[in-house]
Amino acid sequence: MKHPVGYGADARLRWTEWLPWVVAVAVFFLLPEYLSLGARVLTYILFALSLDLVLGYAGIVTLGHAAFFGTGAYVAGILAAKLGVTDPVIQLLASAAAAALLGLATGAVILRTHGLAQLMLTLAVAAVCLEIANKATALTGGADGLSGVSVAAIFGQFKFDMYGRTAYLWCLLLVFTGWWLVRRVIYSPFGATLTGIRENSVRMHSIGAPVYQRLLTVYTLSAAMAGTAGALLTQTNQFVGLNVLGFEPSGEILVMLILGGVGRLYGAFVGPLLFLIAQDYLARQFPEYWYFGIGLILVLVVLFARGGILGISDAIIARMGRKS
Amino acid sequence: MEAFFSSLVSVAFHGVAYGMILYVISVGLSVTMGLMGFTNLAHGVFAMAGGYILCSALARFQMPFPLALALSFVLVAAASVVLERLLYSRLYGAAELEQVLFTIGLIFMSVAVARLVFGTLQQPVLLPEYLKGPFTILGREFPVYRVFLIVFSATMIAGLWLGVERTLWGAMVRAAVDNRAMAQSIGINTRRLFTITFAVGSGLAGLGGALGAEIVAIQPTYPFEQLVYFLIVVSVGGLGNLRGPFVAALLIGITDTACKYWVPQFGAFFIYAATICLLLWRPAGLFGSRA
Repeated sequence: MKHPVGYGADARLRWTEWLPWVVAVAVFFLLPEYLSLGARVLTYILFALSLDLVLGYAGIVTLGHAAFFGTGAYVAGILAAKLGVTDPVIQLLASAAAAALLGLATGAVILRTHGLAQLMLTLAVAAVCLEIANKATALTGGADGLSGVSVAAIFGQFKFDMYGRTAYLWCLLLVFTGWWLVRRVIYSPFGATLTGIRENSVRMHSIGAPVYQRLLTVYTLSAAMAGTAGALLTQTNQFVGLNVLGFEPSGEILVMLILGGVGRLYGAFVGPLLFLIAQDYLARQFPEYWYFGIGLILVLVVLFARGGILGISDAIIARMGRKS
Repeated sequence: MEAFFSSLVSVAFHGVAYGMILYVISVGLSVTMGLMGFTNLAHGVFAMAGGYILCSALARFQMPFPLALALSFVLVAAASVVLERLLYSRLYGAAELEQVLFTIGLIFMSVAVARLVFGTLQQPVLLPEYLKGPFTILGREFPVYRVFLIVFSATMIAGLWLGVERTLWGAMVRAAVDNRAMAQSIGINTRRLFTITFAVGSGLAGLGGALGAEIVAIQPTYPFEQLVYFLIVVSVGGLGNLRGPFVAALLIGITDTACKYWVPQFGAFFIYAATICLLLWRPAGLFGSRA
């Protein structure tokens, strides 16, 4: 896999990096009927960015990232529906903090192991979270889900309207913040250590890098971002269901990231966009074929296109450049 | 006291039956992971396939039970050879992430196929008359099928252990697990060894899925839901050996049954907590030599 960005690379913004934001703003003005789908896409972009940080840059293979997403979603939902805390900023902060705490606690255990055991533990953490959400019906509503989530106006000014305009811009603001944060991290010396650990952790140990602390830091940061994304999902849907936790959402976000291109900042943008648009059209009509399709895409990407869609487009651009 | 003792016996009995099933399914995963270093998360797919084969052989084709059982082993093993040659072998030595993604892709595809062919409902297991009803040991009654299950699995396991400890094939497998490069250099055809071992492991998973169809419901989400249990058995037991996963599978089978019986409100918490503590204490598993 090629990783074109990182420490030492030119950290200035290229003109292409403005494209996603131009497109996002254009969608707001030109396609008002797709704003709720747009908010969903943005939420999953933030979630995919958080996964990219641990999987793509730090090389931690996790099957349970939805644990943090779901924790964030439930914390925001419980605050709004059960405790009467309707301020969206407080909900977001609480969700991020709760997910970060969970990330710190579980990361402290998970990151001591390697390989299969690590894989299994990430899966087990997600399974435990699902089990808790399923059994603690008084708080979470169990299998029926948590409804009656009310969200007040953002900063007391901007109400969530029925066209989803506020929700879209709110998500956009948070994705922009998340993107800025991740971009800062991967161009920093800290990001360089992460890439080093992914490529050769023994060597990083031997040059004196505090591998475990670095991994734990990035795991916690990523958990907080995933928790924020979960809270966004709750705020835009005003509902939390069990499907935000467990193996399937963890697998789906993995598919989105792989589809876009893992270990690339913008893979986390392209993947969720294509995946969710395709899902919106195909999944309702052909649910069986839809799952078959995601599986097939994963297999094909692994066998033939390991850089995902952005990897393919890089290869095409490189070939065209050679010809001209 | 008598009631408590009776429930203790019952939990131990059902726990052992469940543990046996877990072991028959997972042992192939442990050996292939230890042998080829391949993270095959789609192992549960083979177990599910075995279960579906048994259920439809019994219900649609009215086959005798032993034949249906044999069929679930043979068909799954044969299918796994095709998969191994065509797909898995391309990813030997690939990064862990790629193997994980590839096998998750296989899970998604198989779940979709299962849903399409068999629907979302749980498959009924039409047991023959001679495997129904109670069986009396020492004045206590046990379901005949579970007794059969324990005895049959124990025989299979004994056969497998003898095969690995006493035959030439077993010696080659052990050699390749310990040091693949050395095994290759003394002329062992490790490629063929991989294929055969993979087929046996997958066939056993199919057999385990078929045997356990009555305990672990056969439905399309099977590979997702059971994955954690198989992985716990393998990582707690340690990779590439037969004894560790056996102890782990029995421990999990009994603990899980006990928890579901006495403290159902805690669900599977105890299993996960115990697993996490165990792996903190011994990251390579109970009997594992490698991390």
